[in-house]
Amino acid sequence: MNLLTFSGVVYAISALAGFLGALTGLGGGVVVTPALTLLLGVDLRFAMGASLVSVIATSSGAAAAYVKEGFSNIRVGMFLEIATTLGAVAGAHLVSAVPTSTLAVIFGLVLLYSAWASLHKMHEEQAACSDPLAARLRLDSSYPGPHGFIRYQVCRVKAGFGLMFGAGILSGLLGIGSGAMKVIAMDQVMRIPFKASTTTSNFMIGVTAAASAGVYLSRGYIEPGLAMPVIPMVSSANLSRELRLVFAGVVGLLAAEMIYNGVTGGLK
Amino acid sequence: MTDERLEQIVGNLLRAGVVSAAAVVLTGGVWRLAVEGFAQPHYGHFRPDVLGVRSLGGLALPDAIILVGLLALIATPLARVVFTLAAFALRRDWMYVAITAIVLIVLLYSIGTSWL
Repeated sequence: MNLLTFSGVVYAISALAGFLGALTGLGGGVVVTPALTLLLGVDLRFAMGASLVSVIATSSGAAAAYVKEGFSNIRVGMFLEIATTLGAVAGAHLVSAVPTSTLAVIFGLVLLYSAWASLHKMHEEQAACSDPLAARLRLDSSYPGPHGFIRYQVCRVKAGFGLMFGAGILSGLLGIGSGAMKVIAMDQVMRIPFKASTTTSNFMIGVTAAASAGVYLSRGYIEPGLAMPVIPMVSSANLSRELRLVFAGVVGLLAAEMIYNGVTGGLK
Repeated sequence: MTDERLEQIVGNLLRAGVVSAAAVVLTGGVWRLAVEGFAQPHYGHFRPDVLGVRSLGGLALPDAIILVGLLALIATPLARVVFTLAAFALRRDWMYVAITAIVLIVLLYSIGTSWL
């Protein structure tokens, strides 16, 4: 397989991963890495690097829409990002110390857990609680509902913060967004309503992934040529129609060139 | 500045960052495929081409363009944090200025490792 075909396949896989990620709420990253390593034999660290960068693109693209609609809680996000970024830097440093086979096993377990969590029912109801820390940090907020703004309180801030540190470690260790774990921490533990917790989680994923990205870059996990076909497709799911048309045009060109090469016997 | 206004500006900032970064990555990518589309991919073994930002100078031009796009993408959340810090400072919300500053320091540390 030459580079052109390879990039075309990665392009298609990423498009599918982005679509699946958006559909299931798992995020594209957890799908991209297994697909690249299992189907195309890419080294796990390179796959994690490409996935990590794509996570930044997806989350920032989606966060742009949600932030504008007023669903995400910037204060909760900012406060918890202390935990996720510290965890992410620690996790990213751990990658070189953990054998690849162990990484693969951890990845599989997180994947299983994410799949299980995505089937879990989220809380719509607001539980009554009061956490003095939430009051001090002014975390309570509201989001737009069908009949005006719905107010909510934030519970068990310390436990949520601890879980977020764990989510950050996994994010850095595996090159994923850890979206499922972030939502669980906010939804199950801190009792933030579903709509606000998913969007706030999305808002945080980009910053968490950027915290790992610097370390990944210095360790050589991010290969430009491999990351290139992953990013536009994974991110375009959340972008404007015009831009998707541009990307579709490029895919069309790639397809045409591949067919031409196939017909003329240039592909090996 | 109201919360709503802040959220709108942050939203626009994120979108602009992702769109421009993706465009740069795509430009470098199309060029790269046009130049060496028939080469064999070498991603099965861990032999990195890029070890930090300092590798930028040693790369072929298409690869360097892709890397610049990737750096822009990584910088987007960073820009968001810087902007949020400024917005909290304008509102004299010092507790959140401190919280945001911690996040910024962690991010700068991580990005700093890739320059060394």
